[in-house]
Amino acid sequence: MNRRRWNQLLLKYPFLFALILLAIAILVNAILQPTFFTRESLNNNMRVFLPLMILAVGQAVVMLGGGIDISVGGIVSIVNTILATQVGLQGSPQKMWLFVGLSLLAGLAAGTLNGFFVSVLRLQPIITTYATSFLFFGIALYILPNPGGGIPQAISGLYRNSTPLGIPLAIYVIVLILLGWYYLRHTRYGRYLYAVGGKAEAAYESGVPVVGIQFSTYIISGMMAAVAGIAMSMLTGSGNADIGSAMTLNSVTAVVIGGTAFSGGVGGIAGPIVGAMTLQMIMNIISFANIDTWWQTFVNALIIVIALALPGLLNLFQGRKK
Amino acid sequence: MKRFRISPPAAALILAVTLFLLSGLLPNGFGSDLGIAKAQATNIVRLAVFLGVIAAGQTLVIISGSEGIDLSAGSVVTLTAILAYVLIKGNDNMVLPAIGVVLLVGAVIGLLNGIGVTFLKISPFVMTLGMAGVVKGLIIILNHGNVSGKVAPIMTTIIARPVVFGIPGAILIWVVFGLFMWFLLERTPFGRNLFAIGVNRVTSTLSGIRVPWLNIATYSLAGALAGFGGFLLVGNTGVVFISLGDPYLFPSIAAVAVGGTLLSGGKGSYWGTMSGAIVLTLITSLLTTMQMPESVRRMVLGGTLLLLISIYGRQRALRQ
Repeated sequence: MNRRRWNQLLLKYPFLFALILLAIAILVNAILQPTFFTRESLNNNMRVFLPLMILAVGQAVVMLGGGIDISVGGIVSIVNTILATQVGLQGSPQKMWLFVGLSLLAGLAAGTLNGFFVSVLRLQPIITTYATSFLFFGIALYILPNPGGGIPQAISGLYRNSTPLGIPLAIYVIVLILLGWYYLRHTRYGRYLYAVGGKAEAAYESGVPVVGIQFSTYIISGMMAAVAGIAMSMLTGSGNADIGSAMTLNSVTAVVIGGTAFSGGVGGIAGPIVGAMTLQMIMNIISFANIDTWWQTFVNALIIVIALALPGLLNLFQGRKK
Repeated sequence: MKRFRISPPAAALILAVTLFLLSGLLPNGFGSDLGIAKAQATNIVRLAVFLGVIAAGQTLVIISGSEGIDLSAGSVVTLTAILAYVLIKGNDNMVLPAIGVVLLVGAVIGLLNGIGVTFLKISPFVMTLGMAGVVKGLIIILNHGNVSGKVAPIMTTIIARPVVFGIPGAILIWVVFGLFMWFLLERTPFGRNLFAIGVNRVTSTLSGIRVPWLNIATYSLAGALAGFGGFLLVGNTGVVFISLGDPYLFPSIAAVAVGGTLLSGGKGSYWGTMSGAIVLTLITSLLTTMQMPESVRRMVLGGTLLLLISIYGRQRALRQ
């Protein structure tokens, strides 16, 4: 293909690259697992992928605004431990929905804390949310020192096995998020968000409420992390204070694969969703490939690093050929 | 308006002394027994050595600016501690070669971090966090569930026991190490350029500093220093396990911040990090004596860092 046209396409649709990767990953998955396209296994996969996809959306909004949220994994853990200890395996559905509401409030509180420190006090996002992540994991560990607890089986069954009109529940959630995003993107808020991520000083000079916009991205990310935590709890049905620890880096990786830049102001939400799917598809392939258990951690981590390096590598090669 | 200002490293030291004196008032504290107080103080400084050395590399990458940070330090410490343990096998003659190996392994990991950050433009936080996972994977492969080895008697003698005047060898090593770091930062072109790129990379490039190479060198050196930290740590513990270095990662960053090194880069000192390491070790051991669970320890550490960056880490206001 004509290289210049390809570059233009990439610029217009930053997630094109992730989409190609996803297509390859799906192909390999389908070869390894002949039942891949049945409703059953489609739902099996989607319900596992959903928590990270939701998390990646929140992370993408923060990164679009020029920040980063390292504390999302901690928020997932807090929500998981709240649900697992307060509802319990024998809890009633009413109790469950009550604590789902409270979990959202916890996400809101966590996001507000991050937003306050980053946007109002103007601290560096990475180090601030790293500090709060320690705080959040501490709280989760305080709520539930040892793995255990759980939520009613009926509720987790609702999440795991619902396929209205034969389509996995996760697809509905994603479509809902995408619709919300396309509405938001074309409002004044959406334009402001991109302006702040592009160059905060310039946005400030032209009258954009920079502090408010930055603050709001952390609240969105905190709420998304809470939703991801709820989904994760329904998926596993049990509690573990460590459940979110691997998810933070994965969410950032998903956003990077999805074409949203670290520097902010470029990208969208669809890319990170595709990125999260791609990343987990690749992990799927690895677990299918029957790799020695001792090598699993290494291979998974290596894939994350390679995924993070890919955009940089592509840039490097394109720079050479010019 | 003139404000009373005190340098952060000095403030950290004053904080450490105050905390220590207050800890004497605890039910199981040293009370009015000076002998025990002295022994406890020595022990805390001795324990701070390991955090202090591990935080040395952290200090360098943080000074280099551009959100520089090394989250692979904890895993590198574990890996090099295990390597030293396996290579030495209780043989004094293997100590020097083992030091060479751990420095080299640390430097190679740091080199990869540096390449990722510099040429592939990956955010340092994310790059080194990813590298931490890779190194952890390596540890699992190498370990296969168990390792056989032993630290050399000479390491235990020098690192864990008193050497002269009842001062543990680790503290003496730290003093020499501190002098080395001071010399590196304050008296060499490397140190000068490091502060320069931390303040502004564009002006540094224009003044002829080869920023990419300096950046990569900094990450490699940070890896090597973490490797040295792993070597010292295994000399003290005498045993290795798969999460040996992990508890040092977050405190290593907090120690740098406590010492007044700007987390945005360009300003800082190793002597600040040394006092920071003492403060954090003191806080951790206080929480342990008060029998606080791991969860409270984490909350306190996270809160401490949050408080510190609120004091030292404010960025320029949007309105000028």
